[in-house]
Amino acid sequence: MFRGVAAGSVVRVIEAKDLTKRFGATTAVNNLSFTVQSGQVTGFLGPNGAGKTTTLRMILGLNQPSGGTVTIDGRPFASHPRGLRHVGALLDADDVHRGRSARAHLSALAHSNRIPQRRVGEVLDEVGLAAVARRRVGGFSLGMKQRLGIATALLGDPPVLLFDEPLNGLDPEGVLWVRGLFHRLAAEGRTVFVSSHMMSEMEHTADRLVVIGQGELIAAESLTEFAARGSRLSVFVRSPDIAELAPVLAAEGAAVVPGEDGTCRVTGLTAVRIGELAFEHRFMLHELTVRASSLEEAFMELTADSVEFLAGEAR
Amino acid sequence: MSSTLTTPDRPTPAAPAEPAARFRDLVTAEWVKLWTLRSTYLIVVVTVLACIAIDVNAVHNDLTYIDHPFVPRGQLLRGATTSSRVLYDPLGSSLNKIARDLMMIAFGSLGAMTVFGEYSSGLVRTTFAAVPDRRSVVAAKLFVVVTVTTLAGLAISAISFFVTQGMLASRHLGLSIGSPGALQAVAAFALIAPVAAVVGMALAALIRHAAGSVIAVVGVLLLLPMFFGGDRYKLLKQIGNCMPLTALERLKIDPDPALHQDLGKYAPTITTAWTVLAAWALISAVVALVVVRRRDV
Repeated sequence: MFRGVAAGSVVRVIEAKDLTKRFGATTAVNNLSFTVQSGQVTGFLGPNGAGKTTTLRMILGLNQPSGGTVTIDGRPFASHPRGLRHVGALLDADDVHRGRSARAHLSALAHSNRIPQRRVGEVLDEVGLAAVARRRVGGFSLGMKQRLGIATALLGDPPVLLFDEPLNGLDPEGVLWVRGLFHRLAAEGRTVFVSSHMMSEMEHTADRLVVIGQGELIAAESLTEFAARGSRLSVFVRSPDIAELAPVLAAEGAAVVPGEDGTCRVTGLTAVRIGELAFEHRFMLHELTVRASSLEEAFMELTADSVEFLAGEAR
Repeated sequence: MSSTLTTPDRPTPAAPAEPAARFRDLVTAEWVKLWTLRSTYLIVVVTVLACIAIDVNAVHNDLTYIDHPFVPRGQLLRGATTSSRVLYDPLGSSLNKIARDLMMIAFGSLGAMTVFGEYSSGLVRTTFAAVPDRRSVVAAKLFVVVTVTTLAGLAISAISFFVTQGMLASRHLGLSIGSPGALQAVAAFALIAPVAAVVGMALAALIRHAAGSVIAVVGVLLLLPMFFGGDRYKLLKQIGNCMPLTALERLKIDPDPALHQDLGKYAPTITTAWTVLAAWALISAVVALVVVRRRDV
């Protein structure tokens, strides 16, 4: 079915236009517009409470937008009488009945969409739950439930897949497996849209990013473009002579941010140059570490103003 | 060559287009969902066995009093003779009130469970993402629940009736299904099961919470009619006549004039009683179908 997609006959895109959702006085999503292309993994990033889940629910027609529209291939998802062959979704690993077995859960869903029952066995094998398929979901760990949710999403072999925080609760092996799976699904020409509140999770998973904060779009661009937004390379310096070293570095045009216990963070100079300067002026260095501006920092900087739940100072 | 594009682990889909959406698939899905929960077996099996046992036991206990009529001192019943034939109500006794209450609570809760089970577990989002045509999902659920509870109600009512009338036959008191009012009573007693179940589904669709739904089932089906009894105020009694419980009791009455069954003032007619049962089922089904349409889940 989707192979036609892979051949490029149809472009499966998710398109949100001025999407807004208000719950009473709270605006969860505000005028959000973005597109998600096929053939790549798009990360959907934002701090807790940014409106990611609400947006995904609106894509699936589970929540009605207060304003704006969201379509898949130009059509609201809810206009399909049956959904599994169009979009596969893992919204919350707990969106299953605890009293049913994994197999029963998938079997009922397959029946509802006229998907052959053998497909249930296939997806259970694929996510590694075949051995526990007859156990009740209530006894599953979060990681096992995530795998069941992924099996649910894969059931209809859909061209568009949505995953809400799929890595939560997975063991390292599971994380690697999921990353591989997402890349494979995208390589097959599918549209893969994965939400997360952890930049580090997206770093090795996503090709493009849609970043939101407090329900508003912050960035929609490729991972490389996004990384370039972050602060420049910085170098972490620890020295007993930091008080004397700092002015020397500043004189060379570096920005020096003093830290605790004889440390500082230097931007604008390479680690090599700092080492040379310290050597020339005979300052002792205890540590000299290049801190590549991480995506995490870029993300933190961008969303700093829009973090909903800011933790208090550590006591 | 197109075959080179074929991924080895993935067989070529037989049909390129999506198969047509069929209501029957949703019924199968809901059937699987109902019977893959232990609680369904528990509720259905226990309720059917318990209700039959209650009915049979009630009549069994009556046998002693039929054989040795007990007349309280100083209170000779009007028309009482050594034969208790005229005083015993074989129809009302075989379709016991305790069994009736248990049926209404159990099947009302079963119906509610099929709906609040989706909401309280979060499964409803998975369900509606798989089948965006929400009303068809609810319609399929209604179909499955009504089928199961009708069969269960029928089993309770028919088995209770035939077993107890067989027991009473030895005292020459037994009725046949052809006796006046018998078929109607057995049918109404059976149908209270699906009516209670559909009411439970509607209440759960509105409340979407497990405990709240079950409390509402008991409150609406069993407690509410208690406020609208008596013969003093016509309006109150007429509201009471609109309750499924009152309707069932009316339909269970043995029309045998020898029994002198007192209907009281403002009693509902047979037609009214059937209409009330049908209306509760129908309105509840409509409520369950309508509330689900655009609400956020």
